[in-house]
Amino acid sequence: MSKRPELDAVTGVETTGHEWDGIKELNKPLPRWWLNTFYVCILWAVGYWMVYPAWPTLNGYTPGLLGYSQRETLAREAKAATQAQGGLRDLLARTPLADVRNNPELLRFATAGGTSSFQTNCAPCHGRGAQGAVGYPNLNDDDWLWGGSVEDIHKTIEVGIRTEQTNTRLSQMPRFGVDKLLSPEEIAVSAEFVLALSGQAHDAAAAAKGGQIYSEQCAACHGETGKGNSELGSPNLTDRIWLYGGSKPEITESIQTGRGGMMPAWARRLDPVTMKAIAVYVHNLGGGK
Amino acid sequence: MKHEVFEKNSLILLVGILIAVSIGGLAQIAPLFWIDSTIEKVKGMRPYTPLEQVGRDIYVREGCYGCHSQMIRTLRDEVERYGHYSLAAESMYDHPFQWGSKRTGPDLARVGGKYSDQWQADHLVAPRALVPESIMPGYPWLATTRIDAPSTVERLKTLRLVGVPYSDEMIVNAERDLVAQIDPESRSARDLLQRYPKAKVVRLDNSSTPHPTELEALVAYLQILGQMVDFATFDAAGPNLR
Repeated sequence: MSKRPELDAVTGVETTGHEWDGIKELNKPLPRWWLNTFYVCILWAVGYWMVYPAWPTLNGYTPGLLGYSQRETLAREAKAATQAQGGLRDLLARTPLADVRNNPELLRFATAGGTSSFQTNCAPCHGRGAQGAVGYPNLNDDDWLWGGSVEDIHKTIEVGIRTEQTNTRLSQMPRFGVDKLLSPEEIAVSAEFVLALSGQAHDAAAAAKGGQIYSEQCAACHGETGKGNSELGSPNLTDRIWLYGGSKPEITESIQTGRGGMMPAWARRLDPVTMKAIAVYVHNLGGGK
Repeated sequence: MKHEVFEKNSLILLVGILIAVSIGGLAQIAPLFWIDSTIEKVKGMRPYTPLEQVGRDIYVREGCYGCHSQMIRTLRDEVERYGHYSLAAESMYDHPFQWGSKRTGPDLARVGGKYSDQWQADHLVAPRALVPESIMPGYPWLATTRIDAPSTVERLKTLRLVGVPYSDEMIVNAERDLVAQIDPESRSARDLLQRYPKAKVVRLDNSSTPHPTELEALVAYLQILGQMVDFATFDAAGPNLR
């Protein structure tokens, strides 16, 4: 079967023996260096099969001699990062919240960690500067719905507000308008009284009427003098810091619907040390008590 | 020079190409169907509720995947920011999955439960009212568009065709479940939770109709993302039995 290769008369090069319309193809093999590189690559692949996870088996795969796994690499890196924190993480875990500020190095560590966790987890609602938005409290001021001590802040982060958690911070202002507990006129005069409480321009006669409704319906939570109660999460109505706005229509809306924002319970997502760090950061923003 | 037969007969060449490509394809694809680790067996995965599924379809319709991925990779920075890395099992009932490859906005694989329902709703309607530096467009029409309820049964049936384990009971009750998910504390909502554990039953403050809006559907979908698998029972190294 094997014939002697035919030589091309002009170049003296072997032909492949294929002929198309009288034209014959020269047999020009690939350069040696190229072929050798190709063979080395194949050998390299064989080595790769042995060292790294490669071949499927009946219900798994060959794990490779190095035992490489992205998940284990991640676990190792996470551990190394924790170790690089030089024990400060453990120290933060051990130190009672109120004592963190007494150790400058620990305070710096907690604030740095708290800042970055705050930015990814809390900033979408409370703002990058913790300035808040309508319905989402400003965390820089001295007004705290559920208490402004570092422990109070920590608990709020942990259990959230009005979540499904059993130990969540929970209170619900009645929906005086929606559930028809008060008539629209009663709501209007109550709003006038709240305007008066916060020292804003108001109709004195209406506010006097509203005062009666206030002491019957509102004082139990907001207090006789309107100072609020952080045990119940009821806001101070005298300080002109408003979560949902302090104009008459906004106050009226609040009485109508009872409002009641919701904050997630972060214990479901964050580890205990991170929650502590965020509490320290928020407490240090300026309003902490 | 035996390949002359291929070079001179295009049909034989074509068949030869098909065989060569098939071997390559089979070697790469076929094992995925029998290797246990392709989709790990985990506890907690269930099909989407009708409302979540409709929300998912809105997510796809609006092209959310163009800017948001749903895939937390096994890298430390991602895990620290977004939470546990994603498992293939977590998108086993997604047709198609929404892993994405572009993050103009953050990854959403575990956004469920991260913010309140009202925040999600307000943010979808007007992102910059809450996050001034955001470049996400607003989707205000979602709040005023009722969802196409009668098509829900067909959606579920279609998904069952491609392997999503919707039971007959789920299919029969699809429209009822759809409305139940915005009717907290109702009897039908309890039934819904029996069929679909962990579903978020919620009615948005500014919703005035008993009929779910597209906004409520999308929020229901976002709030379940990454929430189904119970990671307390998940062991990254061991056999994870569903």
